[in-house]
Amino acid sequence: MAWWRRKKQQLETQTPEEKVSVPKGVWSKCEACGEITYTEELIANLRVCPVCGHHAPMPTAERIEAMLDEGTWEEHDTDLRSGDPLSFADQKPYSQRLEKALRTAGPRDAFRSGVGTMAGVPVSVGFFAFEFMGGSMGSVVGEKVTCVFERALELHRPAVVFSASGGARMQEGVLSLMQMAKTSAARGRLRAAGLPYISVVLHPTTGGVAASFATLGDLIIAEPKALVGFAGPRVIMQTIGQELPKGFQRAEFLLEHGMVDRIVSRLEMREQLGLMLQLLGTKPKTDQPAAQ
Amino acid sequence: MSTKVLEFERPIVELEGKIKELKHLSGGSREMAQEIERLEEKARQLQKERFASLTPWEQVQLAKHPDRPYTLDYIGEITTDFMELRGDRAFADDPAIVGGLCRFDGRTVMIIGHQKGRNTKENLYRNFGMARPEGYRKAQRLMRLAEQFGHPILCFIDTAGAYPGLGAEERGQSEAIASSLELLARLTVPTISVVIGEGGSGGALAIGLTDRILMLEHAVYSVISPRGCASILWKDPEAEQTAAAQLKMTSHDLQSLGICDEIIPEAVGGAHRGLTSTAAALAEALRKHIDELCALDADALVAQRYEKYRRIGHLERE
Ligand SMILES: [Zn+2]
Repeated sequence: MAWWRRKKQQLETQTPEEKVSVPKGVWSKCEACGEITYTEELIANLRVCPVCGHHAPMPTAERIEAMLDEGTWEEHDTDLRSGDPLSFADQKPYSQRLEKALRTAGPRDAFRSGVGTMAGVPVSVGFFAFEFMGGSMGSVVGEKVTCVFERALELHRPAVVFSASGGARMQEGVLSLMQMAKTSAARGRLRAAGLPYISVVLHPTTGGVAASFATLGDLIIAEPKALVGFAGPRVIMQTIGQELPKGFQRAEFLLEHGMVDRIVSRLEMREQLGLMLQLLGTKPKTDQPAAQ
Repeated sequence: MSTKVLEFERPIVELEGKIKELKHLSGGSREMAQEIERLEEKARQLQKERFASLTPWEQVQLAKHPDRPYTLDYIGEITTDFMELRGDRAFADDPAIVGGLCRFDGRTVMIIGHQKGRNTKENLYRNFGMARPEGYRKAQRLMRLAEQFGHPILCFIDTAGAYPGLGAEERGQSEAIASSLELLARLTVPTISVVIGEGGSGGALAIGLTDRILMLEHAVYSVISPRGCASILWKDPEAEQTAAAQLKMTSHDLQSLGICDEIIPEAVGGAHRGLTSTAAALAEALRKHIDELCALDADALVAQRYEKYRRIGHLERE
């Protein structure tokens, strides 16, 4: 887990949110090749290193703007907030962690859902917000993901979910675990209705999110080098007591092992997804609801 | 049978040892018989009181007790003609999950469950009940088979979690669990899961998205192991006792959270101290739930199941 904290801190010391707030002259160093780029330019390039193509973490607001056709994003389910059903406290109470995330992260929970068009194709769409408690899935996230699938059914259009998550939100205990069940069931209704669902897996996607709707896409698309797996690398290393092979659980490894359809650069993602959706098409709407 | 005695079991085990000794010495004397009876009553009381006030951590230990009955033990007690079916038809057979057809209460049912080993050799074979993708894919195959022939499905949950290994990741552990969930959600036959010991995270839920969720009294069900939770949130695995309490993972917790539909009482002192009576209570509950679910048609069954999970979660609105 340490690696994403590090990245997150780096982001926070720069400007975490909107591109307008980036002062001129602030620069970023590429983690992969060390290239120094003006942050403004990097953001304009969707935070993809112009030299080596490394995909740096991207704030959710920027991703939404980049993935949907201009002016088509309409956010839904914005009134949902996490509670503290277990009165959970570790070193800090969950309620305080939530408050802090609400104050600093930008998004109001670890998922944003809505509708828009993608290269001209209307979609019901959702984005994990990794900057909010590591994209962890609690009741609110599970509800919003479910809403993405149910809204796709209602509007008879495809669903697209961009996942980046450390897994279930432990502070909501077994209620978080059960969000895997709820979201997977909702995904199943879409399949029964003959509507496409594309799962885009971002860096990193592990645990309960990986082991539910994120690996249930009709198509599964990964960003380059995204780490996707059930168990995190640290847990696996502890279990087997040896170092992991280079590139283990990365997008390229997943492609080789048959777990994803394609690896797509962020710079081409919107156009590619639009094309895939057009090629897939949707079954015509029947009078009878597809699921009871 | 006892291979391990937990600290809170010790006074009872010692008392029982004394009773056994007395029985051996008594040689049928009437006075001694009375004394033995008195002590036996005392042991029962002691156990009852102690087990009525177990801490969450003690519950966790009990759920993982090495003498605790496993899936095959219950199958042996409550079913006949168990016909084990093996293999995922793609890669391997995973002995961490067992499954097969059998007769229960006059019906054919499919039973699928995690299976732990009783000793080191068995545990190596069963991988401590931690399934790999092929285990979940075998489970899916057996679920489809049951659906094809219209038989109810019973799932016995008892795992620390899905196995986090290299091969498991290479073969798509995530996808195996996810597709089990989607399949369970749309099955047209009645499904019931029972947490008989450890309900460990996604590896447990993968056979647990069912019409009814039952728990044995001393079973636990959690999103993460207390130790895993403690090392992440407390940065100290030794905080596992605190984590166990915070995670609200006992059968009574799960019932108050609206997840567990019924708690099955165990023999006093835990299922491992009375398999027959625990299994009988389990059989009785299963009979009732199967009867109720078999009365529903397939559409109603699937719709109710969807609603059951659709409702789960704690939401606030701004
Ligand atoms: Zn670079």
